[in-house]
Order: sequence, then C-alpha cells, then structure tokens
Amino acid sequence: MRRIVAKLAPVLCAVLIGASAGADEADVRSLDEQVQEIKSDVLGIASELNNLEERLLYPSGTQVAVFVEMAEKDTFRLDAIQVHIDGELAAHHIYSFNELEALEKGGVQRVYTGNIPTGQHELSVSVLGKLKNGNDYEQSGTFTFSKGVEPKTLGITLAGPGLGDRGIEVGDW
Amino acid sequence: MLAFALAGLVPLTLNAESPTDMYFGEALYYAHQGQYFEALERLDAEVSQHQGVDEPELDTLYRYIADAEFSLGDFELRYRMHHRAGRAIRAVLEGAVDETVRNDAAYRLAKIHFQKGQASDALAALDRIEGKIPEGIRDDIEFLRANILLASDRPGDAIAWLEALENSPRFGGFASYNLGVALLKDGQRTAAIEQLAKAGQREARTPDELAIRDKANLVLGSVLIETDLYAEARPYLNRVRLDGPFSNKALLSAGWASVSDENYERAVVPWSILADREVTDPATQEAMLALPFAYGKLDVHGRAAVYYGRALDAFGTEIDKLDRSIDSIREGKFLEALIREEIRRNQDWVIRLRSLPEAPETYYMLELLASHDFQTGLQNYLDLADLHRKLTSWKQGFDSFDEMVGIRRGHYEPLLPSVDEEFRALDSRIRLRTEQHRMLVKRKNDLLTTPRPEFLATREEQALLARLEVLDAALEDADEATARRYRQRIRRLRGSIFFTLQTEYHERLARFDAHLTELNDAMAILQAAYDEYVRTRQAATHSYEGYQDPLDGLRARVDQSITTVLRLMARQGRDLEVAAIEELTARRSRLANYRDKARFALADSYDRATQQQARSGELQ
Repeated sequence: MRRIVAKLAPVLCAVLIGASAGADEADVRSLDEQVQEIKSDVLGIASELNNLEERLLYPSGTQVAVFVEMAEKDTFRLDAIQVHIDGELAAHHIYSFNELEALEKGGVQRVYTGNIPTGQHELSVSVLGKLKNGNDYEQSGTFTFSKGVEPKTLGITLAGPGLGDRGIEVGDW
Repeated sequence: MLAFALAGLVPLTLNAESPTDMYFGEALYYAHQGQYFEALERLDAEVSQHQGVDEPELDTLYRYIADAEFSLGDFELRYRMHHRAGRAIRAVLEGAVDETVRNDAAYRLAKIHFQKGQASDALAALDRIEGKIPEGIRDDIEFLRANILLASDRPGDAIAWLEALENSPRFGGFASYNLGVALLKDGQRTAAIEQLAKAGQREARTPDELAIRDKANLVLGSVLIETDLYAEARPYLNRVRLDGPFSNKALLSAGWASVSDENYERAVVPWSILADREVTDPATQEAMLALPFAYGKLDVHGRAAVYYGRALDAFGTEIDKLDRSIDSIREGKFLEALIREEIRRNQDWVIRLRSLPEAPETYYMLELLASHDFQTGLQNYLDLADLHRKLTSWKQGFDSFDEMVGIRRGHYEPLLPSVDEEFRALDSRIRLRTEQHRMLVKRKNDLLTTPRPEFLATREEQALLARLEVLDAALEDADEATARRYRQRIRRLRGSIFFTLQTEYHERLARFDAHLTELNDAMAILQAAYDEYVRTRQAATHSYEGYQDPLDGLRARVDQSITTVLRLMARQGRDLEVAAIEELTARRSRLANYRDKARFALADSYDRATQQQARSGELQ
C-alpha cells in the first residue's frame, strides 16, 4: 500500500500543478477554425438578410424606429414600457433582469420598427417601474414628431422620477 | 405652442446631439446580455457602413469609432472567433487611438494568443503595452504575463511578477499559490514549501479565494507525502475545508499519509467521512476500498468484511450506471440533452443534465466537462446548434418573403400600366401649367423693371383694342373725309382704354402679384403631390422588384451553411461523445478493478474474521 501512496502523490501533485499551465489544444484547433469560419459566414448571411428584410418590410420612405435608453444616473427599476404611435399600440415591453442590466450598462434597445406615412404624428410613452423605496413609479408623456421622406429614428431617454416632465425625453436621433 | 398646449402635448424635445450612436448602443444592449451573435451582426454592419461613407465625420459613429472597433474585437473574442478578433484588435493597435485603448487592446490580443497556445506571440503583445494602462486591468496584465511564463516552462521568470502581485486585491491568493508552483517547478523546493504554506494560510473571503487556499494546502500536503514526510503533510491536509471542492482529495491523501506512517486508526477517520460521500467521486470510491483495508490492518476483519461488501454492492451499481451512461451516449442522448434550452439557461446545467431521463451520469464527467479542450469543443457544439436553429428559421422565412413579393407583384403589376397611362396624360398637363407659371413669373419680373400697362389689359380691353385695329385697317379703302372722321373716333376710344390702363396700372400690377402669389402656393402643392406620387410609384415597383436574385442567393448560402453546420456538428459531437465515452470507460475499468479487489478482499476478510472468531472461541 505504501507503494500506492508513493505513486499517488506525484500524480495528484502533477494534476493539481498542471492546472496552471495551458492545455494542449492541437487536436481541436482545425475543427475550431472551421467553426470560426462558419460563424463568420453565418454572420455575413444574417447581415445581408437583415438589410433585405428591412428594405422589404420597412422601406426608407415610411420607416420609423424607436429606441430606448436609460439616463446615466438611474433612480428606479424599469419594469415595462408602452409606446403608442397615433393612438395605436406600437410596442409593449416587459423587462427581464438581463435586459434591464443591459440598459443600465449603456445599451440601447430598439423597441419598435414600423411604417408610418410622411407628416405629423403623435408618440405616447408610458413607463412602469419601482422606486428605490419600493413605491410604484408610473410616468407618461406625449410628443409630436414629423416624418419626412427619410427613415425616422426616435430615441426615448428614461431619466426616472424627480425630473418632472424630463423624466421621459424623446429625441430625434 | 398654443396648439400643443391645447392638445395637452409636449413638443418633441430635440436633444442637441444623439447621446450615442444608437446602432452601437443596440449592439451593446445585446452584448451585455451575452448575445454576441446579435451584437456582432449589428456592430459589424454599422462599422462597415461607417467605413463606406464619404464624410465619416458627419456620421454618428465618428466619435465612437475607436470604441466600436475595439468592441467588435471584444465581441468576436467572446463569441469565440479568435481569428477575427485578433484581426480586429490588431487594427485597433495599429490605429490612431488613445494610449489606454491601445494598451487594453494589446492585453486582449495577448489573451487570445495565450488561449490559442501561442505563448511567444502573447508575450510579444504584452510587450507592446507602454504608457498609461487602464486601472482596471493593471493586475490582469501582470497575472497574464506570469501565467504565460509558467505555461512556457519559464517558472524562474514568472517568480518576480507573481511576487509583485501577492498583495493584489483581486489576484493575491492566486498569485501566492502560483508563486509556490513556480518555485516548485524552478526546483526551489524549500522556498516552494514555505510559499505554499503561506498561500495556505492567507485570509480568504470569496469562494474562489477559499478554494485556491485549499488547493495550496492540498498541493503542499501532496509534495510532502512525495518526500515521505507524512507527519508533516497531515496538518496541511487537515487545513483543507471539509465543504470545499478539494475536500475529498485532501481526506483521501490524509488517510494515505496516516497509513504510510502505519497509523491505521488515524487513517480510518478521514476515510470514514469520505466513504459516506457522493459515490461517483473517484476519491470516495477509493476510500470505500481503503477504509476496510485500514480496518483489516487493525484486525477488525468483521467490520472490514461489512465495508468490503458495501463497496462491492456500490461498485456493481455504479458499473451498471456507467454501462447505461455509455449506451446513452452511443445512442446520441448526451448530445440531445446538451442542446436542450432549459438546461442551457441554468448555470448548473451540467449537473442538471443527469436529472434528464436517459441522459448519462454527468457526475462521472465533471472533470472532463471542466477541462479546457472539452469546454472548447462543447462551446463550439452549442454555438453550432445555435447557428443551426437560426439558419433553419431563416430558411423557413424565405418562403414568406417569396409570398410577400408575389402578393405585391400580383397587386401592382395589373394596376400600374393604367395608372402610368393616366399619369402620362396628367404629367403633360402639369408640365404645360408649370411652363405657364414660369412665363407669368417672368412677366411680373419684367413689369417690375419695365412697366408695360398694355400687358395688364383685361380680356375685354384686349378685344376692344384688337377690334379698333381691324376697324382702322378697314378704313384704308374709305374716302379721306370718312376715314379721318372715323380714325379720330378710333383714336379717342384707344386713348380712353390707354388712359384706364395707365391710371389703373399700379392697382392692376398689385392684383396680378397677389394672384401670382396664390398661384405659387397652388403650384407648390401641385409639385408636392407630384413628388409624392413619383415616390409612391417608385416604392410600388421597389416593393417587389429586385428581391428575387438576392433571395435566391441567400437561400443557396443558407442551404450550404446548414450542410456545413450539420457536418461540423456531427464531427464535433462525435469528438465530444468519444471523449465522454473514453472518460466513462476509464472510470468503469477503474471501478471494475476496484470491484475485483473488493471481491477478493471480502473473501479474505470473511476467512480472517472466521479464523479470528474460531481462535477467540478456542481461547474461551
């Protein structure tokens, strides 16, 4: 049994110490490179498909896209947002933890893409959330915007409570 | 403003400038959720578009282009596209970017090279770091450098870097342990033992720090056992926490250290604890055999026989379980389970895999699943499965696109010829009116510089003047007296009309100007309607023309990619299955060996127990 111990120790030691060294990946490299190539190809397809889809479904003359971002100093937890364009529900989004975290880290969410004719339109934004003290937070705002012949991109900036009318800002991005 | 106030509306608040480039922001939104494919797809398109514009300084991405290119490399890295990531990050390194961004890029490039096993390239990338280093990665850089040196069999060079990191808040524990390993590999055994002892007593708070402290104690114990210093090894092994990830190995080694000192009673303690733990663990299985061995040495053969019997049953059950697991992998159940969505969403998905019906026993593969090679293969397989899902969904979407284009073509094609014919007629009338309008504007401008009252004569006045001309001409053949009389009357009448034209000139000019202004408005409305029609007409054609070729091209590429993805999935999947089966087979063969030993030892223990009983009977 002593022999077993003598054999065991260096093996155990080598396994444990070996963990700090890089693994030999020669056997997986060629397959790995092929996987990288197909990822690159599929990304190219996705990009072209998106362009085509956009041209087909949202022609530039009528396209409108609405984005949402959080102001830097967040003071509330965003639960849901509703966007109406000319009284019609355009988007209703309930945020998951991951999505909220992504927004708080500076991500910008495309909440709606659609078509509207040129001219004056009305955009209504309603926000539901929770304040840090646990109370419910609800705010809404209505804005007008003009749609020309070029694609329209609107950005909703959510600053939260304490800023009055500036809790929700809509910008022409 | 009044209109807004009445309607209860707030006019659109136009920000002075976009707070960020929204498409870059959108890519970040996906990246922060770990959806790197979507992030890459958007950012790649945005950066390419930016590079293609004539005046990039007017593009919203202009201010963020260095960050965007850097993020592109970062996302590619995270999506395990090291090849492209390297290129993107090298582009940042070559570009005119801020020193901190360049140094961050060099660090990431070094990480890519290290992950690919290119140690010298990794060190070369780190050597490019100079000047201001981002605070957040200062220690990361040095820790990476030390690890590269260790992996390149240059432990002596790594020592100084690791010593400098010992007080790092993030890497202190790891640096301390790695320093012990580096000293050991460098042949400085005494220093290594001292260092590992130090690393094993460091203050630790996080689970990772506690684990690395346990590891230091375990390695030190093993090193001492290796040199027959069993008594010295035991305290270090005893320091390993009983609920930590290295507890089983430590308990097993502690037992063997005692056995080597022929202190069997002491060996029974850790092995008794270990023998009751999760039966799939290799240390537990060894302890199940070692515990009765220790009892045998203590001449407690009855208890030894009981424990050998227990081990025999457990090994038999586990061998059956392993056989079923190997069969399950051969039937493809392992790969099926791996790509199940609900399994992938959970962080402990590897463990949960075993709860699925017919899935293999993953506890036997924990070490394999945690290994770098297997993880690379596994991630590739999961990414390929993801690509397959995407491609299949796109493939189905092509039929919808075709249908949509077909419906639009069916709607517009019969309608457009008559619309075009009607428009052509209307178009010539519009052009005529536009020309007339242009002439009137010109006449007004002429009148402003050179007054011509007759130009503002009414239709009746013009008719009268023309009639007087005719009458005047007719008087050519009349006798002189008649002609004189009538010409006098014609002159008076002409004079009367010219008098009116002269006296009413300014009033008439003002009226003409007012009418022309009204006409301008009408013409503007006409022009807008004309432009709108032209746009709508173009949009009608564009809604179904020019899609077929790109759609066909994309359909072919998607089909081809699906074939490639399936081929790679099969190959990658087979590699994973082979690795898993090899692992399980090795564990099975070890268990079979244990079972044989247990069987013989059980018989031996029974014999000894019986003999012992007989001897004690004789004595009585």
